[in-house]
Amino acid sequence: MAYSDKVVDHYENPRNVGSFGTQKEIKERADIGVGLVGAPECGDVMQLQIKVGEDGKIEDAKFKCFGCGSAIASSSLATEWLKGKSLDDGEAIRNTEIVEELSLPPVKIHCSVLAEDAIKAAIDDYRHKNGLEHDHDHDHDHDHAEAAH
Amino acid sequence: MSLTKPIYFDNAATTKCDPRVVEAMLPFFTEVYGNPGSRNHSFGWVAEDGVETARRQVADLIGADRKEVIFTSGATESNNLAIKGAASMYAKHPAGSGKCRGHIITAQHEHKAVLDPCKRLQKDGFDVTYLEPRADGLITAEMVEAAMRDDTILVTIMWANNEIGTINEIPEIGKLCHDRGAIFHTDGTQWVGKMPTNVTEDNVDLLSMSAHKLYGPKGVGALYVRRRRPRVRLTAIQEGGGQERGMRSGTLNVTGIVGLGKACELAGTEMDAEGKRLQALRDKLEQGITAGLSDVQVNGHAEKRLPHISNISYGFVEGESMMMACKDIAMSSGSACTSASLEPSYVLKALGVGDDLAHSSLRMSLGRFSTEEEVDFAVAQVIKSVNKLRELSPLFDMHNEGIDISKIEWAAH
Repeated sequence: MAYSDKVVDHYENPRNVGSFGTQKEIKERADIGVGLVGAPECGDVMQLQIKVGEDGKIEDAKFKCFGCGSAIASSSLATEWLKGKSLDDGEAIRNTEIVEELSLPPVKIHCSVLAEDAIKAAIDDYRHKNGLEHDHDHDHDHDHAEAAH
Repeated sequence: MSLTKPIYFDNAATTKCDPRVVEAMLPFFTEVYGNPGSRNHSFGWVAEDGVETARRQVADLIGADRKEVIFTSGATESNNLAIKGAASMYAKHPAGSGKCRGHIITAQHEHKAVLDPCKRLQKDGFDVTYLEPRADGLITAEMVEAAMRDDTILVTIMWANNEIGTINEIPEIGKLCHDRGAIFHTDGTQWVGKMPTNVTEDNVDLLSMSAHKLYGPKGVGALYVRRRRPRVRLTAIQEGGGQERGMRSGTLNVTGIVGLGKACELAGTEMDAEGKRLQALRDKLEQGITAGLSDVQVNGHAEKRLPHISNISYGFVEGESMMMACKDIAMSSGSACTSASLEPSYVLKALGVGDDLAHSSLRMSLGRFSTEEEVDFAVAQVIKSVNKLRELSPLFDMHNEGIDISKIEWAAH
């Protein structure tokens, strides 16, 4: 399968790789939200961390990913897009936008879904830690397309 | 010697045609182009001579009589003919009788070209037992014996596995089958031409082989069908002009058959030296990788393995991203026939390798044209790639922090 140039670029020069500390340290930090999604037996696991500033905007984001090139590229792209966004704007990122930006083929759509899930999980985690949960109706559906597992 | 990239380490998927094979084939395209079935002119006779020479070359490689060699389009067809043809011929009851038509034994980590015909036969009224291999990949005679029933008509166990290279107890299984009156078929696609083969000493009744795995052309193969003790009969799958003693109708692929014959002749003379050379290279490859990386596992039995296949699991690294990182090495995750899918290898799963490690496993297979420089290059690129991907891997972090990944409740998706 041929990868798009953008996937190859993110794969070869992944943006914002890393984490803000060990799992234990991260758990105790209120300014950081973590999303850990996927499963090793499905062949992809994404870990996305966001650092939220005092102004409520996402100041920094980092990722680690066990998965194929498209999964790595999707999570790398997610960190780029998240930086500087408010939580609500971050939450509004759709997997379809990732598919479009990276020209992912149908068999790789699940990678973008996973990235969207990771974003939501990280934001939810931050809100939960800070008692900011509000009832956001999940009024949007993933474009799961052929991402059958 | 200079290194040309990418390097080809996927010789279990297919091999480069040996130039000596191509040379032998060439006259049969434009000069000796007759149909070997044309019995009444010289064009047919010389083409038939070419085919019969090839038949002898194939027979010599496997210790058979040339009358026992049936040419086919490849190992998939040979397997289909052997399994469906024998089941139909030796069925205890006719189709649609509602009774069990006979029992067949095979293994879970067989090639799809064996498993799918067996599944078809299940639908047609046969019982099939799929043996679970040992953790080291082997199927033993003892395991087959335990599964034997009074109505077992056919046992089909591959000689060597295509993904991990492990070698099953073929002579012992064959003897057992002969003692119990069952027909014994083995898929020898990865074995023939690489290892010494004697269908009589090895107690094989039906043997499938393919030209393109032994430096011959694609689209041609053979099925050995035993003629004496026992005389094995098959129901034809493909019917028509009655070629190949009625077992496989269709005009013979003369160029391909000549190529297969030449490839067999070369394999016979070069096998010993080549096997030793490849094993030394394979060992160097595995030693280099296992010495340079933590958390790697070589899959399959350490010794009972073909000399040129290496299947390694790289913990905390996903296979497809590994192939992307090692873009200068052509290798395989799973077998070539199935690597378009996202499923982890069913062969490794049958061995009890966990889903996570099965996703992280790659097969490298060396061949006649592989060099030591290529092995050195591959070792370096694999180590570099795994280290790079582990930098990216959340699982490797967790492992290093002492977190047991298998205990985490992953959200299945």
